[in-house]
Amino acid sequence: MTRKENFVGKESSVTAPFASLSRREFLKRMGLLGGGLIVYCTIGGLTAQARAPRDGYLGSNVPTNFNAFLRIGIDNRVTCFVGKIEMGQGPITSFAQMLAEELDIAYESVDMVMGDTNRCPWDAGTWGSLSTRYYGIFVKEAAGEVKGVLKELAAERLLCPVKRLVTENGLIFDRNRPMSRVTYGELTTGKIIERHLKDLPSLKPASEYTISGRPYLRRDAFEKVTGKAQYTADIRLPGMVYARILRPPAHGARRLSVDTSTAERMKDVQVIRDGDLIAVLHPHPDGAAKALGSIKANFDLPDTGINDQTIFNHLLANAPEPVVASEAGNPKEGEKKAASIIEETYLNSYVSHAPMEPHAAMASVDGNKAMVWASTQTPFNVQSLVAQTLGLPVENVRVMVPFVGGGFGGKSASVQAIEAARLAKRSGNPVMVNWTREEEFFFDTFRPAAVVKIRSGIDGAGRMSFWDYQVYFAGKRGCQNFYEIPHHREAVYGEWRIEPGIHPFAVGPWRAPAANTNIYARDLQMNIMASMAGKDPLEFRLSHLKDKRMRGVLTAAAKQFGWTPSKTPSGRGYGISCGIDAETYVASMAEVEVDRSSGMIEVKRVVCAQDMGQVVNPQGAVIQMEGCITMGLGYALSEEVHFSNGRLLDVNFDTYDIPRFSWLPKIETVIVPNPTLAPKGGGEPAIVCMGGVLATAVYDATGAKMRQLPMTPQRVKSALGKKG
Amino acid sequence: MFSLSILKHNRPAKILTRPLVTGENPFNHRRLEMIKTIQFNLNDKPHSIEVDHERTLLWVLRTDLGLTGAKFGCGEGLCGACTVLVDDEAMPSCQISVEYVAGREVKTIEGLESNGQLHPIQRAFIKYDALQCGFCTSGMILKAYSLLVSNPMPTRDQIISEMDDNLCRCGAHVRIIQAIQTASEELKGGRP
Repeated sequence: MTRKENFVGKESSVTAPFASLSRREFLKRMGLLGGGLIVYCTIGGLTAQARAPRDGYLGSNVPTNFNAFLRIGIDNRVTCFVGKIEMGQGPITSFAQMLAEELDIAYESVDMVMGDTNRCPWDAGTWGSLSTRYYGIFVKEAAGEVKGVLKELAAERLLCPVKRLVTENGLIFDRNRPMSRVTYGELTTGKIIERHLKDLPSLKPASEYTISGRPYLRRDAFEKVTGKAQYTADIRLPGMVYARILRPPAHGARRLSVDTSTAERMKDVQVIRDGDLIAVLHPHPDGAAKALGSIKANFDLPDTGINDQTIFNHLLANAPEPVVASEAGNPKEGEKKAASIIEETYLNSYVSHAPMEPHAAMASVDGNKAMVWASTQTPFNVQSLVAQTLGLPVENVRVMVPFVGGGFGGKSASVQAIEAARLAKRSGNPVMVNWTREEEFFFDTFRPAAVVKIRSGIDGAGRMSFWDYQVYFAGKRGCQNFYEIPHHREAVYGEWRIEPGIHPFAVGPWRAPAANTNIYARDLQMNIMASMAGKDPLEFRLSHLKDKRMRGVLTAAAKQFGWTPSKTPSGRGYGISCGIDAETYVASMAEVEVDRSSGMIEVKRVVCAQDMGQVVNPQGAVIQMEGCITMGLGYALSEEVHFSNGRLLDVNFDTYDIPRFSWLPKIETVIVPNPTLAPKGGGEPAIVCMGGVLATAVYDATGAKMRQLPMTPQRVKSALGKKG
Repeated sequence: MFSLSILKHNRPAKILTRPLVTGENPFNHRRLEMIKTIQFNLNDKPHSIEVDHERTLLWVLRTDLGLTGAKFGCGEGLCGACTVLVDDEAMPSCQISVEYVAGREVKTIEGLESNGQLHPIQRAFIKYDALQCGFCTSGMILKAYSLLVSNPMPTRDQIISEMDDNLCRCGAHVRIIQAIQTASEELKGGRP
């Protein structure tokens, strides 16, 4: 039913990869694929709605050639080409729904081609819950215009005015003579059509949707349950070899000497030295591992004194100048009106992405052309980096992204593709680089360790009088104030992007970057304030909230949870957290039980309510919420990267503890309907409350203020020992 | 103004269900390669391969035999992505030598369909959307198969405890449990 193109077989006869292609070249290329074709290109043709995010979010140096391509085959199947990739969050399903909806075709007749730089329009990367929210608009507008063009063609064919034509399920017919009809495929057969409408049609109102807004199962499930789904490490090419690369034992280590002589004598082993890169190649991955094991190398180890405990002071000592994310009034003024002041410092450790699929890339370099398959969230960036590294024109590099086995931000960086390309060029063979789990941890771009300092106060009536918020190194996202506080200021010292020379290793975006840290700190502080004011934490929040969407999600979560007002700590173990992420409003409530002797936290129940505007695939949206809640248990309870002097102490799942089946709480999700608002993000929002909801639940259960995530048993016991 | 109180972290003591290990040391390159003929049943068909007998089953499956459904996830038997069935028992193929399966029955995800029909566990995974990125899915399904062989009508708690060493990063756990329960009901206590 669902066809996802085979990335190796089908297209392997095409030997002229090109990117940044001219319109003419593109049309020619599409013509080679056979069948009827419509290309929609949007040179200057974007609506304001589609243009705004493109210009504002993606930057101004975005190529302006094409935004969305559709191909209508002779068999009436429609292929949708998008530069996004599928790593589990489900755009492969939601794009197909949006296209089918707007084009009036059956959902089942859509084929998706994703993440191929040769065939898909340029895209910055798959992240930030942007696929449906922003790119979806391009897909819908493309479909809307194509439908308009098809109607014009049909009007000529059926000798009937356009306004009398009806589109339905891939057919166009005359309203007055229903038997006078033509399929989309019949209209486009054998032709490359490039035609635009004078006026862009308005998109369907949500009230007319029959495909969008309905729950659809994943369209890639069949491939994934049968083992047929191809991931990068599953690509096989004739003559390919597997690489293992000599790695330093610690970040900042300097290689003093290396002896590869044993490896050089081993059967079928090729040793490659390319500048700083030393690798062994072998027809089998285990053969390459064995050869790597024979290499003797000495390193000079760094002694920075920085480890997972000293890191916070190190960060504070190296903080850059702040950027103010939001402010009103003057916190100093507000402080004068405060009856009580609460001052707290919250810490977050480094957290790993730890996708189940380690980074992998296959590169094949032939003369002045290169083909690269990579598990990456950024195929077009990989294309330019490979081109730059190999000294090739960018159009000579084709990057293809098969299914990606989880990214969560960690596959925005794709060093492995550069390594594969360098080795393939030097060796002359196609080279597979498949990082080990140890390499995956070592080169991960961790969620940065961070410090949040909050000084806030309440007046005699129990209302917040000021809020002075400083966040170090987590970043801005999620820290902006949405409560009614007369005097507040949110200052951001350093973003989650690499701050050169400060973090002991790479950092980067981790599912809803910054928001997890900011919302945890804010919500624990809020509950401490509510406690001081003698108020129920939900009441306390609502009494400072005018924003209807935020009130809506809090109320919906409370209803589902069965929240009853009480001062906190109530002993019940009820937690609450809320925030805005990817323009989606989210509120969570949880119930925990704390074992005082072991310090273990049992999460019994999590309720999450989300207002995400129109929901394209309610099934997919709920699954993303469940996934976020489950994944979020990790950074809240157990996940932190231990390290010392540049050496990582966690390099596999024996010590880096990610959520398991036995951790599962009862999970309940509520989608708060908001059908008049365009779709908002869904891949990240529900994770942002997990730190806050569990920290406030532990506080409610025990009165212990968990000032550091993750809340390990040791930290819980320690906090219980010195309550307050 | 603020003082940081940084607590000493306590590394959680974890008891791992360590799979059997054959003693292969990939770094012992001095060992003489011993090519042996290994005969075993793979997905219901007899196979005979000439191979260095200490090589890891995972890599022989993935590279020599072209069966890429078993995934490399951690290399230490800690994640379950490489799970295969050996005589109906789920095992991490990254921890088994190919010699170990001589004379045994090996089943990979590719061999689970029969006569073009998906196995009830596969159907249930589709029905409940019990997957996201899909990288852990082969291992999850085969682990569930093994569970239903030994315990055809597991309780929810038994499913959770049996599946606990198979990791999923996307958070499909809730649906995986539902899928296994449904498959078990459909099989009515019969062999999976």
